[in-house]
Amino acid sequence: HILNFYRFLKNSYIIPEREETLDCSFKMQDPNTGVRSQPQRLVITTIPHAITGEDIVTWLADRLQIDVQEARSFGSMLVALGYIYPLQDHKRLVIKPDTSLYRFQTPYFWPTQQWPVEDTDYAIYLAKRNIRKKGLLELYEQEQYNRLHKWMNHKWDFIVMQAKEQYRAAKERKKPDRVVFDCQERAYWVVHRPPPGTVSAMDYGLDRRTDPNADEVTGDIHMLTINNMFLSRRLVKHCATYIGHDPFLSACLPSNPWLTDDTTYWNLNMSNVETPTKMRVERWTFSFKELLSDPRGRDDFRLFLKKEFSGENLAFWEGCEDLKWGTAATMKEKAEQIYKTFLARGAPRWINIDGKTMEVTMKGLKHPHRYVLDAAQTHIYMLMKKDSYGRYLKSPLHYASFHSVFLCPLFPFLKKHFLSDAHPIILRQQEQELRAKMAANAPVDITQVMSKLSKQGKDVPPRPVNK
Amino acid sequence: MSQDPLEGCRISAGKKSAVSLGKALHPPNLLVVVEGTCGACVAASPVSAPEGSCSYNVAHHHLCVCVRVCMAWQGLQKGETLASLKQESENLRRKLEEERGKLTDVELHQVAEKVETVAALSIKTRRVLKGHGNKVLSMDWCKDKRRLVSSSQDGKVIVWDAFTLNKEHGITLPCTWVMACAYAPSGCAVACGGLDNKCSVVPLSLDRNENVTAKKKSVAMHTNYVSGCSFTNSDMQLLTSSGDGTCALWDVESGQLLQSFHGHTADVLSLDLAPSETGNTFVSGGCDMKANVWDMRSGQNIQSFDNHQSDINCVKYYPSGDAFASASDDATCRFYDLRADREVAVYQKDSIIFGASSVDFSLSGRLLFAGYNDYTINVWDVLKGTRVSVLFGHENRVSRVRVSPDGTALCSASWDNTLRVSRT
Repeated sequence: HILNFYRFLKNSYIIPEREETLDCSFKMQDPNTGVRSQPQRLVITTIPHAITGEDIVTWLADRLQIDVQEARSFGSMLVALGYIYPLQDHKRLVIKPDTSLYRFQTPYFWPTQQWPVEDTDYAIYLAKRNIRKKGLLELYEQEQYNRLHKWMNHKWDFIVMQAKEQYRAAKERKKPDRVVFDCQERAYWVVHRPPPGTVSAMDYGLDRRTDPNADEVTGDIHMLTINNMFLSRRLVKHCATYIGHDPFLSACLPSNPWLTDDTTYWNLNMSNVETPTKMRVERWTFSFKELLSDPRGRDDFRLFLKKEFSGENLAFWEGCEDLKWGTAATMKEKAEQIYKTFLARGAPRWINIDGKTMEVTMKGLKHPHRYVLDAAQTHIYMLMKKDSYGRYLKSPLHYASFHSVFLCPLFPFLKKHFLSDAHPIILRQQEQELRAKMAANAPVDITQVMSKLSKQGKDVPPRPVNK
Repeated sequence: MSQDPLEGCRISAGKKSAVSLGKALHPPNLLVVVEGTCGACVAASPVSAPEGSCSYNVAHHHLCVCVRVCMAWQGLQKGETLASLKQESENLRRKLEEERGKLTDVELHQVAEKVETVAALSIKTRRVLKGHGNKVLSMDWCKDKRRLVSSSQDGKVIVWDAFTLNKEHGITLPCTWVMACAYAPSGCAVACGGLDNKCSVVPLSLDRNENVTAKKKSVAMHTNYVSGCSFTNSDMQLLTSSGDGTCALWDVESGQLLQSFHGHTADVLSLDLAPSETGNTFVSGGCDMKANVWDMRSGQNIQSFDNHQSDINCVKYYPSGDAFASASDDATCRFYDLRADREVAVYQKDSIIFGASSVDFSLSGRLLFAGYNDYTINVWDVLKGTRVSVLFGHENRVSRVRVSPDGTALCSASWDNTLRVSRT
């Protein structure tokens, strides 16, 4: 019946465990398959059914098929929640994997009962202990007692009466039972009113505003899609493609900065670096998305498009991104600017999109919103992806990047750039200055680019004209 | 159909007065009222009050009061009971699962059978960031791969250079429980929010003496706490999730609400933007146990997944954007394929009984790092569904785990007031 009660409360986030803990706790107490226990002499009374910490850890490791460290951690959580309590050092709620003794808490005191832990009950408990022996309370308990006495003053008579009643009723029990119950009750309160400075497993943070009337009886019917075996293969393939690039699974060259405290890896991979690393260039070949999302890759691609005289496609795409993600205030202005530069008849950087898309876009531009250029942007993106990207991968520019030497950093080129520990604000300023200069200067001199390529890695390439 | 809300409930002590008892709470010293579900609603058996030694003068009653049925009664049509609607919903759900099952139902780990297993990982903590005076609730990496921002229960938000352990900025918010923080893509601003029901953007500065808190600007306004926030592809737009059950997209400069997303029936606890260049979607997870995928342009909920059995604490996209993972209080993490529109893997173990609070993928997507409420971090093999490693070290709940942008390290934030940066 207790399990049923628990099932009902299963969804409560306050109680973190699943049935497993209860199941676990019951199983642990089974005389045949559970942890072996023995009566233990503690002080002058024998406490029945005490178990050692190391037995608990061993049993957990065996039952749950986990290693000792995890079993210790799991055991400590059981203690922290109050399912098992220590007989010695009762304020430290952890499992010590030695001969320290523990007992199973009675189900009555289990957190799954979810009784509100009332201050009144705590006051009665402290008062009862005070009756038994004055000066028995610890300092923090004394402080709590005083505090409760103060603000519960109006019902203090009731509290003292209850405490006396409980004390009297307890005296009527046999001594061993009384000692056991005292231990159990004490353990319960250590869990629910922890000593200051300790971590309480009962701490669950904020209340969540869950709507109890949300008995939603509507269901969503989804579009059933294609065979998922094929789709799962995509996920497998993605992992296989990137595994060499995953620093948790493959080596990071020259070294992982977090391991060796050497930032060379980051310096080599900055967005404005002259020569990208081989791994980085390899990533650009995985997908068009990869190439565009890496600023260095995008720069390379931009250079390539300029050579092919189709740079306006990328510029248009970037303009659309800026429109979509930019400030609302300048949105209309931006849309107009893009129209004038790329879409209007006779525009200086006219882009080639099909008639239908152009028609839809023009219509939308009468009442521009941030997604007005979506159709055109997708068209141009697909064009670049299916056409230019393929050619880029086969181009001498890309080939040069791919085969450039990178492992030994050439100090001359590092000096000219800020290192990776520069603050992003400084880097952004630098980027903006650079962009301003590029906008002001003449377009790239093709001959400079070609001469750079002809000196592949033999010595430091000459600086291009507009940097 | 009967009009009696208590029809089908078994009450063995007292009669319908049991309902009013439930509302009257504890008359002094005499009654332990136990709420439970009755056979008509959720098919569980009736509940009895706990036994055990008790020194109070208590009368044990066997009660079965279905308060939920009574409250939901108002919403039902004539001729319907809650039970019949539930039955209908169950039938529909079963039919849907049947149809789905007809398509070749292959689990992810079966497809990945031939894939090499991941070698045993030995992940060690390389940095411990101490400085928060209270529980650290959230963190986010900067795109420069070494800086990060963290927020805590005492209202403080700190920007660190995790590599040098330097605290670069400290922001004080007038509220406690700052549950959401995010770094702007440019690295020049941060966003934070929490119990103040707002999300504010704070531009950072190079001047150490400047009080950045003064330049804080309120952007998002919700009617309940802000649980998560994220910048979109620029510093100009902010996406937030809230305890009021909605998500919203805001224009940072003007504070204007650009789009709101309604559909969750309870607190929304987490959101993540799709990493796709052309896509405009994001996923959110909440206390209604659902993970919803939204179209940012229209505000529509385009997909929904309800496989979890408890609150979803965190959602995160797979690096390719075709899938996502979720972490929940039901002690499992799940993996969903968006194109197949279904869950394809569940990450669970007998020894893990505590809720998972946060998940993130490694760069390749092969590893899933999940932080749990039992103070540990479990590392899962996404494809095989097995656990690769466990990380100990935190002394209280792990509230957030995030892999750095270039995948070189994992940062975990915890209620033990520290953040740890770990790597293999």
